[in-house]
Amino acid sequence: MNTTTRRELGRLAIAAAIGGAGASGAAFPSFAQGSNPIRIGYSMSLSGGLAGNGRATQLAHQIWAAEVNARGGILGRPVQIVFYDDQTNGGQVPGIYTKLLDVDKVDIVTSPYATAMIAPAMPVVMQRNMCFLTIFGAGVNTAFKYDRHFNMNVVGDNMKETYARGFLDIAAKLPSPPRSIAILAVDNDFAQRAAESARFLAKERGIRVVYDRSYPPSTVDFTPTIRSIAATRPDVVFIASYPPDSNAILRATSELRFQPPMFGGGMVGPQLAAFQQQLGPILNNLVNWDVYSPEPTMQFPGVVAFLEKYRELAPREQADLLGNYIPPYAYAQMQVLEQSLTRVGKIDQAALAADMHASTFETIVGSVKFGASGEWAEERNLYVQFQNIRDGDLEKYKRAGTKVILAPSRLATGQLQHPYGPPA
Amino acid sequence: MDPDLVLLLNGITSGLLLGGLYAAAACGLAVSFGMLDIVNIAHPALMVAGGFLVVVIGTALGLDPLLVAVLLALPFYLLGTGIYTVYHHFFERRGDEALQGLAFFFGVMFIIEVGLVMAFGPEQRFLDPPYAYVTWRLGEIDVPLRMLVPGLLAMAAIGALWLFLQRSFTGLAIAAVAQDAEALRLMAIDPVRIKRFAFGISIALAAVAGGALVVVQPVEPSSGQVFIGRVFAVCIMGGMGSLPGCILAAFVFGVVENVTATFYGPSWSPAVAFGWLLLVLAFRPQGLFGKAA
Amino acid sequence: MSTTALARPATAPAKLQRGLAFWLGALAIGIGLFLGLRGLGNDYAYFAGYFILQYVVLATAWNILGGYAGYVNFGAAGFMAAGAYTAIALRKATGLDLLPGIVAAGLVGGLLGLGTGYLTLRLKGVYFSIATLCLSVVLQTLVVNWDYVGGSRGAYVIRPQTIDPFTSYGEYLFIVMLVLAIGAVGIARAVENSRLGRGLQAIRDNERAAEAVGVPTLRLKLVATALCGALMAIAGAPLPYYSGYLNPEAAFSLAYAVNAIAMPLIGGAGTWAGPVIGAVLLGAMQQAATVTISSALNLFIVGWMLVVFVALAPRGILGWFRTRR
Repeated sequence: MNTTTRRELGRLAIAAAIGGAGASGAAFPSFAQGSNPIRIGYSMSLSGGLAGNGRATQLAHQIWAAEVNARGGILGRPVQIVFYDDQTNGGQVPGIYTKLLDVDKVDIVTSPYATAMIAPAMPVVMQRNMCFLTIFGAGVNTAFKYDRHFNMNVVGDNMKETYARGFLDIAAKLPSPPRSIAILAVDNDFAQRAAESARFLAKERGIRVVYDRSYPPSTVDFTPTIRSIAATRPDVVFIASYPPDSNAILRATSELRFQPPMFGGGMVGPQLAAFQQQLGPILNNLVNWDVYSPEPTMQFPGVVAFLEKYRELAPREQADLLGNYIPPYAYAQMQVLEQSLTRVGKIDQAALAADMHASTFETIVGSVKFGASGEWAEERNLYVQFQNIRDGDLEKYKRAGTKVILAPSRLATGQLQHPYGPPA
Repeated sequence: MDPDLVLLLNGITSGLLLGGLYAAAACGLAVSFGMLDIVNIAHPALMVAGGFLVVVIGTALGLDPLLVAVLLALPFYLLGTGIYTVYHHFFERRGDEALQGLAFFFGVMFIIEVGLVMAFGPEQRFLDPPYAYVTWRLGEIDVPLRMLVPGLLAMAAIGALWLFLQRSFTGLAIAAVAQDAEALRLMAIDPVRIKRFAFGISIALAAVAGGALVVVQPVEPSSGQVFIGRVFAVCIMGGMGSLPGCILAAFVFGVVENVTATFYGPSWSPAVAFGWLLLVLAFRPQGLFGKAA
Repeated sequence: MSTTALARPATAPAKLQRGLAFWLGALAIGIGLFLGLRGLGNDYAYFAGYFILQYVVLATAWNILGGYAGYVNFGAAGFMAAGAYTAIALRKATGLDLLPGIVAAGLVGGLLGLGTGYLTLRLKGVYFSIATLCLSVVLQTLVVNWDYVGGSRGAYVIRPQTIDPFTSYGEYLFIVMLVLAIGAVGIARAVENSRLGRGLQAIRDNERAAEAVGVPTLRLKLVATALCGALMAIAGAPLPYYSGYLNPEAAFSLAYAVNAIAMPLIGGAGTWAGPVIGAVLLGAMQQAATVTISSALNLFIVGWMLVVFVALAPRGILGWFRTRR
């Protein structure tokens, strides 16, 4: 990529960002009507606990908007993203969505990041019969049963029976098949669902659960918890945690030299650049849930180009430096919207929903097809293993062979190494 | 050794180490809140701000985080005197300051937290000294230096402060200002000057605590919220202005939390720690280590 | 203390007259608000209105204990969440809807407040504050581990889209909150003008002296903690209906605890009007900042406004007017 396009892209992204900020108003309706853009509205956590992923999502959306506008928009109209900061406070979300829909009169709504912020938007969106394409929710629609809800996440609609399957499949390949498992999960929706799946599937396979506890997100020191887990001598350890706890858990595990045959699970954190930079070799042989890895089996058309752009803009936008976690999915979310809008040919919520139910979408995260509940029809929970890691340098995470995919088998690119623990 | 005994001993050890971090976070508050009656709820946020600066400066200059934290103590002292000057001008001077001051510091807390998000982004930051990856093994007991070294620095800082308060004239004046500002005035000492100095020290301690925090864990702008309840709890349990009480209370709090986590799982440890504090308050309102009023 | 001026003993007919004026005024404002918003025909106005009114209730509740008696409750979020979870549990157990939920929340909050009062009777000043903070942490841990109401996974409350005779559920929630807010302010005003209020003010000014002259401080404080707890829980009861989903993190959000204290202080603690002014001002500002500024800057501005307000109006907006007069 030469410097001119680089600068251009930067300008486009900034323009998109300013467009977002300036779009705050019904105060300037003439501007909005003049250029007649398609307005896409959402709330996003730009401050507070979920801000890290919120910003990365936001940046991916800006890149998409800049690209779409550069090639003439959708249906001949430019797109404009209208967003507000929900401060990672679910109580702000209903207000923001009514503002978006009733005052800003946006044409399309998409979601904030993750279940706790998506769910409070649902009643508002449902009342106005809007098509709602969300990102990284989990099981939101189990309660609402809204047929215009679609979710961009690999977990599918039966987390309990599928989420931990890959993990246990890998464990079954250990030289001596596991007979005991320890489960630790943070007190939040996603982690509890993950732990439920591990519990359920372990039982199904006759693996004894020797430790099964939750911890509150305010926990500072995990040394005693990891030590109690170690004392039960489990063959495999399944942990469902969130940042920054994931960091503290891995540090404590390495300090206690706890090296079970297999360690990992549904930890959120090791997917992010800041973790990989800091923890370096501590991540070695960790088997963890993931959504994307730059392995040959996941070289979907467009993803490399997107990540290049993303990584160029990320430092200045203070977003995750690598973008291997949520950004490709956030971009793909907007691709789905774009393809659906183009096919339907007008902004018609019912038609959009019908199209999303019926079509298969080609995106930078592969072919996406939604099932009846709006989740992915077929789940794609990846389990990757960090292999041969000696330092915190990030370059290797841009290449294949670092986060090796072990499950599902159709995407697998390597073999399990064991036990867990940094190389001696 | 009996495995349960090993667990217990390690639970206590890790609790003491965790207590070291709590002591670092709480000792500044023991000065501002305990001695000066300033309910500085922004103290943990200032600690996190210190942590961010430690990471930025330490990374740029390639220095040890704790060394940077000690160097940062002086600018933070000045910042503290600045905050106190504002606080005194708008609140203390007018009397009835405790409540209004609380709202003021709430505002300061928001400003710091969001200011950090805007300046450094929401991603977590870290700066690991090499010793943070070393663990001493004393028989069956593990002592990670990641927890021990910041704890020791905190103890050293608190010890120095304690000596200063006990031995120097200004130190005695600080202790006196907590008791009776008028008497100081009669001795021709300006209580405002003394308080400004003391508040500066409390914020300097927040910088040191920030360095300690960076060694223990990566920091993000909202890291401070976890500590708000705990540092105030430690301060109160320690009998407000008492530094030895503060250290003891921090240790007790850490040990209760970690022993609970060891045997009953981590989900109940905050409830046990805070519930226990609630009972302490109900039956011994002056704190566990405070003298009866 | 200037704030006690309002509580001057008045002759009975004059008192009655002022009471009537208050209720007529409140009714007029309520109807005016309702008609005005309905005229706008915009659901957002209801949501923003709800957001502000919940803080009117919360701030008024805090003021009964904090403003009149000088006991600073750090645990507003705990009481509020207790109300919200009471509504959720009641709905799950019996299928009863919002209004019975509010009543139940009031009862639970009142009992909780009474319990807190008993447990913390001997505590003064910051000790009491920290005790309420502890209570909030303990409550949160209980809720997180209470699977019946969703535990840490949160609870979904699927509200109906419309409810007769209102144009939308948003309008219904707004009106419920409006009635609650008027009721809460009315109660606070009644307390302020009663023997209870004067007793509480005596406690704030000098508890020992009050006790010495025969004020039943213990009983008054218990009544105040119970009332404060009940009103805070009532403020929280509609929350799960408002957001459709509630998890412990959202219910025990620091924002509630902070606002419950900051709003009365900014408006003018110790008078019934102070929390109303503070809540309307600060709540409207927060809402406006959230939906106009598309970045973290919105909270930054709220922080600065808090600092500036409290610095410029140390006795609250009301106190500011009083000194200017």
